[in-house]
Amino acid sequence: MEAFAEPIVEMRNIRKEFPGIVANDDVTFTLRKGEVHALLGENGAGKSTLMSILFGLYQPERGTILVRGKEVRITDPNVANALGIGMVHQHFKLVHNFTVTENIILGRETRRLGVVVDTAAASRRIRSLSERYGLNVDPDARIEDISVGMQQRVEILKMLYRDAEVLIFDEPTSVLTPQEIHELMKIMRGLIAEGKSILLISHKLKEIKEIADRCTVLRRGRVVGTVDVAATTEARMAEMMVGREVSFTVAKGPASPGDVVLRIEGLDVMSTRKVLGLKGFSIEVRAGEIVGIAGIDGNGQAELVEAVTGMRRAEAGRILLKDRDITHDPVRQRIREGMAHIPEDRHKHGLVLDYTIEDNMILERYDQEPFSKNGLLHRPEIRRYAQGIVDSFDVRAGEGVDSLARSLSGGNQQKAIVGREIELDPDLLVAVQPTRGLDVGAIEYIHKRLVEQRDSGKAVLLVSLELDEVLSVSDRIAVLNHGDLIGIVDAAATNENEIGLMMTGVRKGEVA
Amino acid sequence: MKIRIRREYVLSLVAVLLGLIAGAILMLAIGSNPLKGYLYLFQGGLMSIKRIGNTLATATPLILTGLSVAFAFRTGLFNIGAAGQMLMGGFAATGLALTLETVLPRPLVLLCTILGGTLAGALWGLIPGLLKARFNVNEVVATIMMNWIAFWTVNDGIPAYVRDPNQETQSRGISAVASLKADWLTSLFPGSYINLGLFLAILAALLVAFLLDKTTLGYELKAVGFNRNAAEYAGIKVNRGVVLSMMIAGALAGLAGVVFYTGYATNMQIGVTPSQGFDGIAVSLLGANAPAGAVVAALFFGVLQSGKGFMNAMTDIPPDIADTIIATVIYFAATSVLMERIWSAWRRKRSAKGAAAPAAAGKEAPPPASPDAPAAPKGGA
Repeated sequence: MEAFAEPIVEMRNIRKEFPGIVANDDVTFTLRKGEVHALLGENGAGKSTLMSILFGLYQPERGTILVRGKEVRITDPNVANALGIGMVHQHFKLVHNFTVTENIILGRETRRLGVVVDTAAASRRIRSLSERYGLNVDPDARIEDISVGMQQRVEILKMLYRDAEVLIFDEPTSVLTPQEIHELMKIMRGLIAEGKSILLISHKLKEIKEIADRCTVLRRGRVVGTVDVAATTEARMAEMMVGREVSFTVAKGPASPGDVVLRIEGLDVMSTRKVLGLKGFSIEVRAGEIVGIAGIDGNGQAELVEAVTGMRRAEAGRILLKDRDITHDPVRQRIREGMAHIPEDRHKHGLVLDYTIEDNMILERYDQEPFSKNGLLHRPEIRRYAQGIVDSFDVRAGEGVDSLARSLSGGNQQKAIVGREIELDPDLLVAVQPTRGLDVGAIEYIHKRLVEQRDSGKAVLLVSLELDEVLSVSDRIAVLNHGDLIGIVDAAATNENEIGLMMTGVRKGEVA
Repeated sequence: MKIRIRREYVLSLVAVLLGLIAGAILMLAIGSNPLKGYLYLFQGGLMSIKRIGNTLATATPLILTGLSVAFAFRTGLFNIGAAGQMLMGGFAATGLALTLETVLPRPLVLLCTILGGTLAGALWGLIPGLLKARFNVNEVVATIMMNWIAFWTVNDGIPAYVRDPNQETQSRGISAVASLKADWLTSLFPGSYINLGLFLAILAALLVAFLLDKTTLGYELKAVGFNRNAAEYAGIKVNRGVVLSMMIAGALAGLAGVVFYTGYATNMQIGVTPSQGFDGIAVSLLGANAPAGAVVAALFFGVLQSGKGFMNAMTDIPPDIADTIIATVIYFAATSVLMERIWSAWRRKRSAKGAAAPAAAGKEAPPPASPDAPAAPKGGA
């Protein structure tokens, strides 16, 4: 991109404060027409806030926004839409039992005679848009019947249908398989070729390197710099983001597996939709090894995790922890027997958001000495324990352990949970998406702690949708597809392609 | 944590203030002098030892029902059933008092009525708790139904077992032996209804505060209330928590029945649902669901309740104005979220104005050559 490309969006000197924290401080950046501009930053660096301001969800305290050279006030998302700004959220906003067309025209129905929704005309237009951008979406399919990747393309179509010129993608690849990511990159290039401009929020340096023209790095609410992606390296961008050098490879020696800690035999688990979500699953996890579970979201991971941790009943099969049958033990019993669980959803399960960090750190052991005695909480001990976790896991919070969990950024919430679980000193650590939504600095740190856990002779079961994570952290990898165990492979002897194929259900050695 | 609660108290005070202003406007609207009206209203509640005693006596059951609702709220449950729990508590206490007053010494009678009434209330909370835990029946629906069951149980039970020989619609009066009124206390506030229930209420408030803040049980119950899923994840027995919470809430309301029917009153009438049950919701709301808050809020409502008659006697203002003030206060307390929004919007506007000046000054200065080009201070390459 050369300097003569005209700016389409300019944000100047944006400042946004939340109680006790400056989310954006004097942020200035320019999106040029026809470029992919990446926004990179740690959690809590202010990327999402900045994009929420551009999309009209927040009002800045200071600063101006120019769209096509004209100063604008974006008071709500409708204004953003009218200005040609569209956003694909990280969590799609689709009605599941509606068709693609119905979802896309929702709120923008073309009507005949004032009342009848004209879906036929809309459907035609969507089909032509889909063909033009190579999105390959069937306008008449129901959302619940199509893949996550296609759902994302529906979101893209939604923006195109509303004539968006500026497309904001919030962490678009976090839910996709490697093949789908590849597909998305192609679509983005197609969009650029058609004259659209893209703002890409991402933590993944590899993606930014692959697709973005320029990259603006934010750190603690301020712009560290805007770089020409072609002229820089991933390492350099990571350093700008974190403020120090970052290592990408997970440093770990070969595993030295010991006794079996977790043994699962023929496990059947119902999904919430009352069908078998996990079928006849068997695996062993030994002390001193990390076993990764790979798979596209919704292929039995949740069922596996919930059955192992005791939050869901097993229909058939056995779960043994250190040779003891725990299949029917309650959650607390399993924790006492040496299991810890970093849950996938930190808001739903991981934290009591309206409790302080101090109270959250004893969620599983408030009833143990020294935190309580005879039913009475012992505050000084609790505080000391919580402070210890906050210190050693670098949890940053405005009011320290007295902060409400709700007030922390996602990354710090996650670090608190990881700290709490590791501090339980478990024989088996079940880590589900432990680095979801975290920046490279935090990811590096959490991976290091997982490996440390392994090296101290503990077993780790890692469930992740991030293939990179599974590949780099695990010693062995089990791949799930539609609730079936497709295969278990040695992490050192496989690659992204093989796992990616297995994730779609192709068994090892079956490659067409 | 502390800061949060303090802010809620500020909001409650604002709600009270707005309620009083609304009352003043109403008094003006009917052509009365609001200053005089309020003077008599508060004089009615506070001007003599006797009136203070009555205010305290009126506030006593309110403290307990307020605690009941607040405790349930804090553990994520909505107890609309305080009225029914109170009736059952009162019924059990009255029955026990009438049965035991002739055979046991006073301390034992009181112990039995207090414990019996509290247990009856707990039972009336236990049932909706079990229904919620076992079958996920909404506790709002269940407790409302329990109110009616209590209503009809008392309606049939009083004539059947404890009826006044001269009056079919009420129970026999309990004697001084079984009453919570105590001579030494009555002589401190001569002529008033004040009774030992006040100390029970204060004790209950202290116990609830202690339970919520200092015990592992309180920790568990609050965790269940804030986030059931996280509680389940941590291995807290969520269903046990729901049942226990409803029982404790019921017990508090049951105790309210004891202090009302065997302290403030001396007998029970049929066909009356005690208004304190629902007023407890208001007390809890105004008291920010905190035990101390409930005590203060109940005392405030107690002043209004016991002062309104005097206001009516001394001016043309109908006593309904006092009820309207209570209602308005509740309204403002319930919409405190809205008030908070208005408040923060107003603050934002002010700070935006403050910020606008330097920003405007910045505009006059020559703009940076290119807003983004030189933005990489450490060099991008």
